[in-house]
Amino acid sequence: MERSYLLTENIVKNLQNWIDNNTYHHSKFQDLKSLVAEKQEKNLTISLCLPTLNEEKTIGKELIIFRSELMERYPLIDEIAVIDSGSEDNTLEVARSFGADTYLSSEILPELGKKMGKGENLWKAIYQLNGDIIVYVDADISNIHPRFVYGLVAPLIKRSEVQYVKAFYDRPLALSGSLRASGGGRVTEILVRPLFSLFFPELTAIIQPLSGEYAVRREVLENIAFPIGYGVETSHLIDVYTKFGLGAFAQTDLDKRVHENKPTQDLGKMAFGILQTFLKRVKALDMFDSTHYETTLRQFQAQNDHYEQKLIEIIEEERPPMIEIEAYREKFKKQMI
Amino acid sequence: MNNLENLKRELPELEKKLKKYREVLLANLVMIGEIPSPTFGERERIEFILHRFDEAGLTDSSIDDAGNGIGILSGKEPNHSILINAHADTIFPAKTDHTMRVRRRSITGPGVADNSLGLAVLVTLPYIMEDLGIRLNNDLVLLACAKSLGRGNLEGIHFFLNNHRMNIQSAICIEGIQLGRLSYSSLGMLRGEITCRIPESYDWSRFGDASAILTLNEVINRMNDIRLPRRPRTSIVMGSITGGTSFNTIARDATLGFEVRSESQEIVDQTGTAIQDIVEEVSSRTGDQIELDIFSRRTPGGIPYSHPLTNCAREVMHALDIEPRLAPSTSELSALIDKNIPALTLGLTVGESTFKTNETILIEPIYKGLVQLLGTIISIDGEYCEKSTKLD
Repeated sequence: MERSYLLTENIVKNLQNWIDNNTYHHSKFQDLKSLVAEKQEKNLTISLCLPTLNEEKTIGKELIIFRSELMERYPLIDEIAVIDSGSEDNTLEVARSFGADTYLSSEILPELGKKMGKGENLWKAIYQLNGDIIVYVDADISNIHPRFVYGLVAPLIKRSEVQYVKAFYDRPLALSGSLRASGGGRVTEILVRPLFSLFFPELTAIIQPLSGEYAVRREVLENIAFPIGYGVETSHLIDVYTKFGLGAFAQTDLDKRVHENKPTQDLGKMAFGILQTFLKRVKALDMFDSTHYETTLRQFQAQNDHYEQKLIEIIEEERPPMIEIEAYREKFKKQMI
Repeated sequence: MNNLENLKRELPELEKKLKKYREVLLANLVMIGEIPSPTFGERERIEFILHRFDEAGLTDSSIDDAGNGIGILSGKEPNHSILINAHADTIFPAKTDHTMRVRRRSITGPGVADNSLGLAVLVTLPYIMEDLGIRLNNDLVLLACAKSLGRGNLEGIHFFLNNHRMNIQSAICIEGIQLGRLSYSSLGMLRGEITCRIPESYDWSRFGDASAILTLNEVINRMNDIRLPRRPRTSIVMGSITGGTSFNTIARDATLGFEVRSESQEIVDQTGTAIQDIVEEVSSRTGDQIELDIFSRRTPGGIPYSHPLTNCAREVMHALDIEPRLAPSTSELSALIDKNIPALTLGLTVGESTFKTNETILIEPIYKGLVQLLGTIISIDGEYCEKSTKLD
């Protein structure tokens, strides 16, 4: 019990340091002129990948905004590519008409076969795109803004030790100075955060582990495996964490992200895919036999710009089958089988 | 060959060059359009515009006491200033979803035509002009004016015109649609609301007869009977009507929004008096409270058809195969005319569903609208049309 307490104390201290030092708000990086200068000084190239599947409603706007603000006005990104899983609508025509390089995922490395899934597109982008940094942004965001890109690449430009920058959204406001719960979506809070709390407590510092927007250095991307479906974000976090440690991560608050909500049944599919990926990794890391499981669930709370973890001790104690209780057996004149 | 002929010859080529600014212009349009900007609530949109002016290196860009955003593109040897104006407010409340939808050939969203496109062109002009090396002799004053529509009653531009210290010799108001619009005169106008209310102590035994909507209906019928002259052209626009709360509750209040427009100030005044008489008469007969609130008036005026400014615009439109559609205006143009500043209003592209949330504009004609504006500015700046020029 004492060992467990000390472990928890260390983790919390470590996590709070990491949260304080590696959590940003996009507004810190809005001086694009100086960001571009720093990028050029460090001789970095940046590719933007938009994975798509039937996104004709939103892709045009994303391209206009990114090309105007981050290529024409401030040359922060060097290429924009749409990698499509086989859209049946006009996604590719719209994307081409607004000047994007468009690729069918199945036509990249065709000798390796064709697989359907967002992870497949992200993985093939590593081969197709040329940047030292690849930033992935989902194509279904209706309130798109340049911050979705510069907020993520800036920590990589500014800090060489940072390898992987993750987005989080909907910064909760402190109303009347009170604390408000903060966190991810339903799958994050119901599935991923409890799993991380059990097996990888440090990864609970990532506020939205499933967000679809992140920027990563090529050296990291080329060294991790890519589940092709729902598990890609979860596996990235576990693999980068086990290879490079928590210090390789940063996260940026991108404020509000407006997109269509998924029905609960779709979330079930997502959770199922994530669970498969997760179990595969836990097994590979030989963690099932661990004698010590964490019993602290780590959630987030925020006040103004400050985030801190909220620790909830949940010990699932159990009672034995009633038949094992002598008083019960006497009362009902029963015997152990 | 004179300067105007040279300019006209270059315009088609300029139109092609403008296509490379598509992303910058449309990104400005989307970002401006997604910031809600109801009349009296334009601050956030104006701040965005100011940020754009600052990024373009405009001198003296600022927000004045009325909330207008102003940027000045300095000329080489300025004798005077040319004002480009776009109103920054929309008819849509802040709670309306302001998401812009970008399709291959069109953009849809509330206020995209009226007047996000005008504002986008306003903030993109300095970027384009610098990139193309177009440097004017005179100062170009870019004004995103606040509190223009409805009860705003042109407050923003009135404040600017009453307080600026620039030598503004001509002005162009830009509106998203329709391409070809050429307004150089303003109509006399009177705008107001008539509100009928059933008093608290109403005799509810008059079952089925007591309703603010019925009373307002009577007022409307009477207004409809006002005899309007065919010349000078005059009309009463019954623009909006609200009232009541549900199917089965007697309406306690009802409001009509209306506008009287005429080429003659005298007719506007006479019609206003006639409406006042109707309101008093219906009120005294029914016992209902009826309020007439006239909150906006304009006087008619304008520049002649052959004025150099109109000539410039017509010459440029002609060179670009744009058919001018002459129509008087009741918008910011009238404030400029009141101050004796020669002014006109131009449209920038083709669109539809104005004033609805699915307001839509076409992308391709914007280049023509933009080159029309640039050509007109250059010809005003170079005084190419000072002498009346006969069209081919």
